[in-house]
Parts: sequence; C-alpha cells; structure tokens
Amino acid sequence: MKRAIITVIGTDGVGIIAKVCTYLAENNVNVLDISQTIVGGVFNMMMITDVTKAGKKIAEMSDDLDVIGENIGVRIRMQHEDIFNTMHRI
Amino acid sequence: MINIYEVNETLRMIDHDNLDVRTITMGISLLDCISNDLEEVKNNIYNKITAKAERLVEVGEEISKEYGIPIVNKRISVTPIALIGAAACKTTGDFVEIAKVLDACAHKCGVNFIGGYSALVSKGMTPAEELLIRSIPDALANTERVCSSVNLGSTKTGINMDAVRLMGEIILQTAEKTKEADSLGCAKLVVFCNAPDDNPFMAGAFHGVTEADTIINVGVSGPGVVKHALEAVRGQGFEVLCETIKKTAFKITRVGQLVAREASKRLNVPFGIIDLSLAPTPAVGDSVAEILEEIGLERAGAPGTTAALAMLNDQVKKGGIMASSYVGGLSGAFIPVSEDQGMIDAVREGALTLEKLEAMTCVCSVGLDMIAIPGDTKATTISGIIADEAAIGMINQKTTAVRVIPVIGKEVGETVEFGGLLGYAPIMPVNRFSCDAFVQRQGRIPAPVHSFKN
Repeated sequence: MKRAIITVIGTDGVGIIAKVCTYLAENNVNVLDISQTIVGGVFNMMMITDVTKAGKKIAEMSDDLDVIGENIGVRIRMQHEDIFNTMHRI
Repeated sequence: MINIYEVNETLRMIDHDNLDVRTITMGISLLDCISNDLEEVKNNIYNKITAKAERLVEVGEEISKEYGIPIVNKRISVTPIALIGAAACKTTGDFVEIAKVLDACAHKCGVNFIGGYSALVSKGMTPAEELLIRSIPDALANTERVCSSVNLGSTKTGINMDAVRLMGEIILQTAEKTKEADSLGCAKLVVFCNAPDDNPFMAGAFHGVTEADTIINVGVSGPGVVKHALEAVRGQGFEVLCETIKKTAFKITRVGQLVAREASKRLNVPFGIIDLSLAPTPAVGDSVAEILEEIGLERAGAPGTTAALAMLNDQVKKGGIMASSYVGGLSGAFIPVSEDQGMIDAVREGALTLEKLEAMTCVCSVGLDMIAIPGDTKATTISGIIADEAAIGMINQKTTAVRVIPVIGKEVGETVEFGGLLGYAPIMPVNRFSCDAFVQRQGRIPAPVHSFKN
C-alpha cells in the first residue's frame, strides 16, 4: 500500500474536511485515519490516506490541494508518508 | 502508525527551522571524454554531462514536491579537469575553453553550480595541472557557475609548498579579474588539504577518480533545527545537550537518506554518500553561530567556542552515522562567515577573529570559509594562511580548506555583498607581519610521522 499524509492547518471554518474529502474521492484516494485538534481557533488536521489507486501522482495532488487550501484560507499539504516514517521510526 | 505530533514536529522543522536538503549533487566521471583533440574533448564533455544530468533538476523538484521537503540546490561535480584536459590543453586558454563548456552544461541542465575545475597536486604538479591552476583566474572570470578547487596537501603526502605559493598568487589574480563583482570569483575557489572524493558541497565538489561512472551524493543541512531543539534543554547538563544534538542530527540525516535513495532510484544512478553537514545560510535562524550561542556563548568566538564546536561537530557525526549506511564527504559543522548571520554579527562586534576561526577549523568539518579580507593583502600572506590550514589538516588527518576573498579596493571595516546563498561579509583584518621568506622556499613539507602506517 502506498500511503500519503495530508495535513490541514489554519483558521477553523465550515466545510474544510468536506472540501478535502470531495477532492480525495474524485481522485480515488481512500481515507484510512483522521485525527484533528482545534487549539485557540487554529484548526489542525491530519489524514492518513491510501493513494495506491489514485489517478494522479502525489506531487500533482499536492499542487491541487495547495490551490484548494488557498481558496478556503488554510494550508493543505499532501506528502508521501515516508518523510515522516524515516524521521520518526528506526 | 505515524501520529499527529510527529507529523507536526516534521512540519515545524520545515516551516520554522529551515530544514531542507541542501543539495543533490550528481558526480559524473569524465575519464571517457579524454582525447588529444581539444574540440573532441569539449564535445565529449558536453554530450556526457548533458545526457547524464538531463533529468537531475526535474527529479529533484519531483521528490521535493512528493515528500514536501525543500531541496535547495541541484548540482554537478566532475572528474578534476586537470586530468581530463591534460592531453589536449597546451595553454591556459585551452583550459578556459573547457571551463566555458562546463558553464554551458550547467546552464543547459539548470543546475546552479558545477564543480571539478580542479587539480589534485598534494605531492607534485604535472605541467597540465600547473596550466589548469594558472588558468583559474580567467576561467572564473569568464564563467558564471563553474567552481574550482585545488588539493595541495594530505596526511599521506605532506604539503606541496610550491602549490601553496602559487595559489596565493592565483587567489589574488582571481580577485583582481573579478573585482567588478566584489572579487566574487574567489567565492568559487577553494584550496584543500585531504580533500574528499565524494563531497557534494560547493565550491569544493569534484568527482574523484576512485568513484563509479555516475553517482548521487546528498548534502543535508539543518542548523535551525538543532538550535530549536537545544532551546528546549537550556541550562541542562552536557549529557542531555549531546543527546539532543544526536537525536536531531539523526532525524535530519534520515531525510537526506530518503531523498538520496529516491533520487538514486528515479535517476537510475547509484547512491554514493550522505554528507551530514550543518550548513548555514544567511537566513535568520539558519546559523551555526546561533547554535554555539544557544550552547552558552555570548557570541561565537568567545572563549569556549572551540570546545563547544568540537562537541557539536562530534555529536552531529554520532547522530548522523546511525541514520545512513554511507556517510561521507565533509560531514560536520560548516563555519562560513559570510553565509551565517551569527558569524557576521560576531565579526562585527569584534568577538570573532581570523585567528579564532583558525582554531575552530581544528575541530569543525572544513576550514577558513567565505572570509573577506582586504584587497591589498600580499600573495605570500594568503599562502601563509593556506599553509597554516593545510598543516592543521595534515597533522590532524582531517579535511581543511581555505576560501578567502581578498576584496579588491576594500578595507577592514567595509562590507562586501555576494548575494544569495553566498551572503555578505565584513572585511576582516589579517596579521600584517610577513612570511615571505618562509613561502619563498621551494619544495614540499614532508608527510608527518603518523602517516607511516603500513
């Protein structure tokens, strides 16, 4: 399985998760896990997703999500999970 | 599975602490480009480099996007040109022709530097090597992205003092020929003792003759990350301090290892080494000097600086070594003055002198780096500085280097602006006593007694 981590950071608002999930569904990306915190109005979400069957490359989806994030005023990132695995797991 | 705290830690390192992969450097052997016909050598070099590195920048950017980690530079290093041009080049002008080809390759491939306009003369110079060295001022004045290096000593061979004397003159000539740009040429010229064959960092990168045909070497960075981690353990004992540096170095190096492996796979080029250096940039918070301050010094250069730097360098290596199976290059902490805001401040306030920097080079990963000195400094004085650094490297079995910039027309107290990653620097005073008679002696300093290990 090829997994990617999506993070969303920004001011809380209506429909942030919906926007992200709609995009993921359109691109055949399956959400495996979601965790989320809101501290002092700052929305902080992490999704673990399965991109094995995705129609696009992570780099392309990362660009798309960048644009979606800009439109709703949050920072959205999609990164291959290995950047985190290599750093935090021996 | 990865949790939100770990993810946030990584993102914070990238967003706030300037974590990046400093360079992916592709080493390319040019040994199969040799010919006794200059035009043929030039064509062979152009064709080989542009074919091998065609996708380097594209792949670097792809990896950067996919993993969300900035990869600042993509660069190329080649076999020392003194070897490649030896059969074809009869004049310094012939060598400059090759330098222009290298520059054209760099532009074509979209890399910001190409290293390897080099000569390895630690024991003696062939006529071709001497020609290449004499061509350096013109080569650097007539190219934009070419970097040059000369290795003139080693623990095994001693120090080639004839080359040391020559390089003092060459550095001054390079400064003179590029004086319109604040002697910028000298920022692309470094003199080594014990130069490694697999260094991915400029200006000293070249592709050693012991290396494979093509190789990917990666240089990591991250002084800001180390500084941030140390803020959390302020006032605690050395054990905690060292442990924190090691853990941080491990994390930084792992990112480099990941990028190196991916680049190697996608470019179908073997992975060489990770250079786990703390390489500062002029950006605020991306400074080795600030780490030293966080360790407990008012300014870099204060008493205790050498000890703090020695400890830092050693812990970086210890943490990084476990993160990658192949560590090489220079690996440690860089202390370039113009590229480190904390160092610049320390010089301005009088905390850091050339002599203290020299002491620091005994324990850090390289040497006197990116130091601006007055333009009227004598060639023999520059040679003396080079000889001192080379001696430190030779005796301590480590790499040392000198990259000083005699800024033509500028005096102590003035500032010189190089721009971009090269930063800016206050001109530092140099000891005015002469070493003429020492430098004028012919021959070489013999290898030290501890080189006889066979």
